[in-house]
Amino acid sequence: MRYERPQTIQDATALLAGAEAKSYVLAGGTDLLVRMQSDDFEADLIVDIKAIAGMDQITEVEDGFVIGAGVPCAALAENAALVAAWPGVVEAANLIGSTQIQGRCTVVGNLCNASPAADSVPALVASNARVRIAGPSGQREVDILDVPVSPGKTSLKKGEFIEAVVLPKGAAHLGDAYLRFIPRTEMDIAVVGVGVHLALDDAGAISSARVALGAVGPKVVLSQEAADTLVGTKLEDAALEALATACSDASNPIDDKRGTVAFRKQVAGVLARRAAQTAYTRAGGK
Amino acid sequence: MSFDAAYQDQKLKSVGTRPLRPDGVDKVTGRARYGADFNMPGQLVARILRSPHAHARIKSIDTNRAEAVKGVKAIITAADLPDLTNGDAGTYAILDNCMAREKAMYDGHAVAAVAAIDEHAARKALKFIEVEYEVLPHVTDVDAAMEDDAPLVKDDVFTTGVEPAPTKPSNIANRAEFGHGDVEKGFGAADVIVERSYKTEQTHQGYIEPHACVANCNSDGSAELWVCTQGHFVYRQNCADLLGLEVSKLRVTSSEIGGGFGGKTHVWAEPVALALSRKAGRPVKLVMSREEVFRASGPTSATSIDVRIGATKDGKITAAEATLRYASGPYADMWAELGAMTSFACYDLENVKTVGLEILVNRPKTTAYRAPSAPMAAFAVESAIDELAHKIDMDAVDFRIKNAASEGTKSSYGPVYGPIGIGPTLRAAKEHPHMSAPLGKNQGRGMACGFWFNFGGQTCTDLNVNADGTVTLAVGTVDVGGSRASLSLIAAEELGIEYQDIKAVIADTATLGYNDMTDGSRGTFSTSMATISAARNAITVMRERAALTWDIPVEDVYWEDGHAHAAGAKHDNRAPLSVKELAAEAGNTGGPIAGHSELVADGAGVSFATHICDIEVDPETGSSRVVRYTVIQDAGKAVHPSYVEGQYQGGAAQGIGWALNEEYIYGEDGRLQNPGFLDYRIPVCSDLPMIDTQILEIPNPNHPYGVRGVGETSIVPPLAAIANAVSNAVGVRMAHIPISPPRILAALTDAADG
Ligand SMILES: Cc1cc2nc3c(=O)[nH]c(=O)nc-3n(C[C@H](O)[C@H](O)[C@H](O)COP(=O)(O)OP(=O)(O)OC[C@H]3O[C@@H](n4cnc5c(N)ncnc54)[C@H](O)[C@@H]3O)c2cc1C
Repeated sequence: MRYERPQTIQDATALLAGAEAKSYVLAGGTDLLVRMQSDDFEADLIVDIKAIAGMDQITEVEDGFVIGAGVPCAALAENAALVAAWPGVVEAANLIGSTQIQGRCTVVGNLCNASPAADSVPALVASNARVRIAGPSGQREVDILDVPVSPGKTSLKKGEFIEAVVLPKGAAHLGDAYLRFIPRTEMDIAVVGVGVHLALDDAGAISSARVALGAVGPKVVLSQEAADTLVGTKLEDAALEALATACSDASNPIDDKRGTVAFRKQVAGVLARRAAQTAYTRAGGK
Repeated sequence: MSFDAAYQDQKLKSVGTRPLRPDGVDKVTGRARYGADFNMPGQLVARILRSPHAHARIKSIDTNRAEAVKGVKAIITAADLPDLTNGDAGTYAILDNCMAREKAMYDGHAVAAVAAIDEHAARKALKFIEVEYEVLPHVTDVDAAMEDDAPLVKDDVFTTGVEPAPTKPSNIANRAEFGHGDVEKGFGAADVIVERSYKTEQTHQGYIEPHACVANCNSDGSAELWVCTQGHFVYRQNCADLLGLEVSKLRVTSSEIGGGFGGKTHVWAEPVALALSRKAGRPVKLVMSREEVFRASGPTSATSIDVRIGATKDGKITAAEATLRYASGPYADMWAELGAMTSFACYDLENVKTVGLEILVNRPKTTAYRAPSAPMAAFAVESAIDELAHKIDMDAVDFRIKNAASEGTKSSYGPVYGPIGIGPTLRAAKEHPHMSAPLGKNQGRGMACGFWFNFGGQTCTDLNVNADGTVTLAVGTVDVGGSRASLSLIAAEELGIEYQDIKAVIADTATLGYNDMTDGSRGTFSTSMATISAARNAITVMRERAALTWDIPVEDVYWEDGHAHAAGAKHDNRAPLSVKELAAEAGNTGGPIAGHSELVADGAGVSFATHICDIEVDPETGSSRVVRYTVIQDAGKAVHPSYVEGQYQGGAAQGIGWALNEEYIYGEDGRLQNPGFLDYRIPVCSDLPMIDTQILEIPNPNHPYGVRGVGETSIVPPLAAIANAVSNAVGVRMAHIPISPPRILAALTDAADG
């Protein structure tokens, strides 16, 4: 197995494109290094992207934030502008693992690991984030929702890797939130996760909403039905109830060692309600 | 030399203080050497091939291709561990578990092993070993295993303990019954009866250090083993038996131990490492992965228990009955029997009957886990007791006090109790501020009692007084919880010298006589007894040396405060001689000064505890959180109170994990779904509140200082205390452990649906 630490995006994509057998991008390594311990793990090339210029930068641009693929989650929480604009994304990223893990892990790694339970992904999907993909034939940008395909699988093509996440910046009265359920208090994996992003009009009514669910299907679910229950409301009890029902219905989980179908559906509704309330308050709603 | 173990009330100087443990600095700086930290020149790496099937006949194993892998030095199968057990069923079970013979009995059962020059070669070789299996029907659930049409784990097991002896084989390996009186008559006299069935899932001790050893077989037939164990003398015996070695030819050294809790009382891979070393002619290091530890070491039983208890309206229990089914993996033991013995041990009952049924299933062999079998029995019984107290509208503590056993009570499992701590711990609970603290929203309080037998056993100890007057104490019971500190305090107390002047070490099997392992809460109880005896023997020697020095009769020399004193004025009020002075002159007065002791420590003194717990439940998600927890337990005498408290807290922490989240989850295919700490959820630090402790000291009459074992009892009450707290918080009786969020939410939804 070869380990490479290229300095440029071109070198990285060339390495990945030229790899004969299985190759892996290495960001924080908090997923990859664990997998490498397994007897079944095989790879002939590991490409560490952290030495590439810009990978460790969070850049505030006019219409948003560009988060390099090497930025550890802990650094997101240290960027005041980002925290103010996207508290839900930042809190999701900083639920991952523990303090030690957060010092290493990245949201892009979380996304590309393609676990349906990845914590930062529903929050990023709710925020309408996009990713910048570098490849042998140049750069492209796609919706974050289109990156994961199924457990362990992404839509990235051979030779490609993600260089950054782009979070939009909007008008006033925006708020987002993420909540997950775990049986413990930390060092656990989401049994259900819900990200909610709301925009309010000047009167405090919800003008647009995005609701994303994690760990209730083979990949993150963006529910239009759930969003529809909120638009035009001021999050009255009836709206919250309708949201909960829509989220339970949008959930298509399995029974497994982490939870039952009934449990996940029910808790998806509960967490959606609670996350919507937080997002609403953050957006200035009363 | 005769030794009087009877309790003597006396003022103690060292015992009861809290100095730092001698192994502490090494442990926090990472210098302490655990099982995997030992290395030998030329050592090979061992890996084990494990069955992916829960139950399968092994038709053939072809190792040819694997042997051809570059770097492979030895491959073994059951054929390399011939059956030398001479019909001894217990030893045969150990042998079969170390390496499957005819059948793989569970997912993870070892079928072959490789020793190679490195990890890579060993891994590769594993892939090339070809095993042909005939997959057989399996059963993993304890209740399912009892059904008439259940697949038979073994076809030559006929239930023992029933008359007439059955002629059909079954998965019920044995039946054990305890009790006295006439339960049906007792139920006739009851005003209220509670009857309920309970289930607990299988849990693992969850020690952080996986099993690890280095084995070295020499060409002259001698061998050495460095290993993480709770009992190196027991490992020596087991390994010698399985490999056909003379006991004296195998020298076993125990490493520091990163937790055992019963799981390291038993050999798993050590005989395999020795067999590999014997075949390869080189040292072999074997370290189990976490996955292997879960799949193929010794978790505790899953259980299914029925309880029936009757009482009069004024709170007197008239009859109590329990049937306890304990899964033991593929090899029968006495887990159900222990459950049946401990069930009602806290109470003074006129009519009581318990039946234990040992059930074979296709899961790893059950082994001891801290007070083995008692927590599940206590969960069922203490849940029913709580429910009964509610039904007769009596305070749960008062109800227990009214029925508690006391000195002179004939216990439910037979013996008559001496002075015991159940009543005092209950009364202390009643007085404790925790009991009357207000509860918040969605919170519930529960309490429960627990019992454990405790054990004494064989101990051999050497105490050597060095030339500078410091003392080396060599013991053969592995220190798993701070016993080197406690034993040093004991030696300091007896000799009258400073704690700092004593260095306690764990001797290897070649340098000390046989010691039982550190189990049954026996470490400090039994070894302190041997230490006291050894110290007194050393004092006898020192008195003789002083008598010789002074040229007076030894009867006129007495020992006090670390000095030999000449009695009275008739010896000219001679200045006393210190240990240091006597040691310095030892070469001129008869040679080195030492005290030895070999004894069987009888009268371990049973142990009781009462726990109180507050839990908050989120009724919308079933999430629960322990907000306050108090442990009250009798220690007899707390030799080192901090480490006694540590034992109380540790048992409670493990019990909380067991009660709320830990469980072995098997798929339909009989494979373990969660062999890792991600999905086998032991509590993390932030899951637990500070666990409050209260030590009671009701002296054990059979120990000079009154010491009782304290290591195990603390895990007995938590399952029930938590179940009672959750049940009280949500208003629904939780009878299936772990009480995980999905179970709580399902119970609440069912209750709401009526
Ligand atoms: C103890 C522990 C606790 C954890 N707890 C949580 C938790 O609570 N919630 C949670 O969601 N996850 C958790 N995880 C999983 C993991 O930490 C996260 O998924 C993390 O975000 C992964 O980021 P990373 O940078 O470490 O990824 P890496 O391990 O470096 O990579 C992960 C995968 O993504 C690929 N990859 C990485 N970067 C790129 C890129 N730029 N372009 C294309 N592919 C890429 C890698 O090849 C690999 O397949 C935990 C892990 C551990 C060890």
